[in-house]
Amino acid sequence: MLNWIRQHLLAFAALVVLAYMLLPNLVVAIFSFNDPRGRYNYQWSQFSTEAWRNPCGNPGICEALGLSLRIGLIASLTATVLGTLVAFALGRYAFRGRGITNLLIFMPMATPEVVMGSSLLTLFVMAGFPSGAVNITIAHIMFCVSFVVVAVKARISTLDPALEEAAADLGASPLQTFARVTLPLAAPGIAAGALLAFSLSFDDYIITNFNASPSSITFPMYVWGASQRGTPVEVFVIGTLMFLIALAVVVFGQVLSARRERNA
Amino acid sequence: MSTAPTRRNWVPYALLLPGLLWLALFYLTPMFTLGSQSLQEGNVYDGYRLTGNVSVYPQAVEAYWPQLIRSLGYAATATVLALLLAFPLAYFMAQRAGRWKNILLILVIAPFFTSFLIRTLAWRLILGEGSWVSELAQRTGATTLLQWLGLITSDSLLNTRFAVIMGLTYNFLPFMILPLFAALERLDPRLVEAARDLYASGWQTFRRVIWPLSLPGVVAGTLLTFIPAAGDYINSRWLGNTQTVMIGQVIDSLFLRVLDYPQAAALSFILLVLIVTMVAVYVRPAGTEELV
Repeated sequence: MLNWIRQHLLAFAALVVLAYMLLPNLVVAIFSFNDPRGRYNYQWSQFSTEAWRNPCGNPGICEALGLSLRIGLIASLTATVLGTLVAFALGRYAFRGRGITNLLIFMPMATPEVVMGSSLLTLFVMAGFPSGAVNITIAHIMFCVSFVVVAVKARISTLDPALEEAAADLGASPLQTFARVTLPLAAPGIAAGALLAFSLSFDDYIITNFNASPSSITFPMYVWGASQRGTPVEVFVIGTLMFLIALAVVVFGQVLSARRERNA
Repeated sequence: MSTAPTRRNWVPYALLLPGLLWLALFYLTPMFTLGSQSLQEGNVYDGYRLTGNVSVYPQAVEAYWPQLIRSLGYAATATVLALLLAFPLAYFMAQRAGRWKNILLILVIAPFFTSFLIRTLAWRLILGEGSWVSELAQRTGATTLLQWLGLITSDSLLNTRFAVIMGLTYNFLPFMILPLFAALERLDPRLVEAARDLYASGWQTFRRVIWPLSLPGVVAGTLLTFIPAAGDYINSRWLGNTQTVMIGQVIDSLFLRVLDYPQAAALSFILLVLIVTMVAVYVRPAGTEELV
């Protein structure tokens, strides 16, 4: 009996924490249907689908969204290539300088964003390179690489090296082994790393803000600016859409990996 | 780590080169330009000259030590709270959830993919004047308790120390849950059963079996929560007041509004050194191989 209570206490505690994590998403979804009386979408007034029918209704919002998507795509693709190469070196080779490599990969994850953002600003200022979208993309690639390395390396370390040896024994060249055996097996880790990199880039405000110019307003910067004047309902619509798309992508990934496991 | 027999030994270096070069150029070099910037004198319009003026450091500490200490204090509090909240959820997901495990995992990750800023704005609505959460807090006496703890000063939950720490805890909670979950998933449930069979109490089982085996997750989770929380200023800006200003906010405004680059760079450098020192002391027994 005591055990029964304890087990359900754990489930209850887990549910409460989950509710704490999801409450803001629920509130964002509800307030995306609000028709605020003033400029401030802070109090519920009336149900409306106005903002859902025209999410780009607020000037600048979809331009900012487009810029964030472009930067996110370029940054996550580049970081995925760079990070995957590093992860293969760490996961499949013995080499001198391993400790220093690990340290250099770990450091960006152990540095507060405000330090990375401001230090990059000093670099660009001293180099006489004007702020803008290029600087933002460079910065995003920099802080995404380490996370890709971690995700890909975690996957590679679970792979059986005997599979690659078997391919080599069967006469495959190193390049063939890589393309036909190693890469497909590592693909889930690479995909996870790429998704993580995209979401980190898409969501970044602090580092971006230090390196942006008035002509390179990303979506988070738009949200920040808008919040000073009164957040438009469209921001909540896009927030809800982001949540739903992310949910769909993650569910799709889970289904895909479950199917792969069943077939394997 | 399993390593294939040595093939051509230039291959790993070729693989490392582009990634490490990028980090050297855009992570390491900026640390030097940051240090150099802090030792320069001048202004944005006429330019700066390197004068080696180290007195900017004591000046910056003297002017902003409350914000520095406050940032570390808030981040530490939020980290402890996140650990307390994350443990039951991570343990439940890893050991008890059965076929619900993947669904719970998705629910933990999904908010993390949505804009950090929008979710923090949502807390303004949740904690705001007249919201059901603030009503509930008053009815249950939580408001009185928070006042007694000195976390809020009036009946309002928003724009208080409580709101800032709550927001930091909320925003970095997934970074605590995921490493903890990874560690607890590897925990063999038979060890817990064995402890119970040997008449360990629930607390003893936790203290002697579950906790030691979850330590790698605890170390990774506390780092991933503490570091971004210490530098964050979105929560303190949107959920706090003038008495809850954190160091990131000061660095941001000195760089981008006041345009006092040397002082801003000095503060940024101090924050970096503080965090790196704390992390180094904290992870020394484990080393970085485990974390990367």
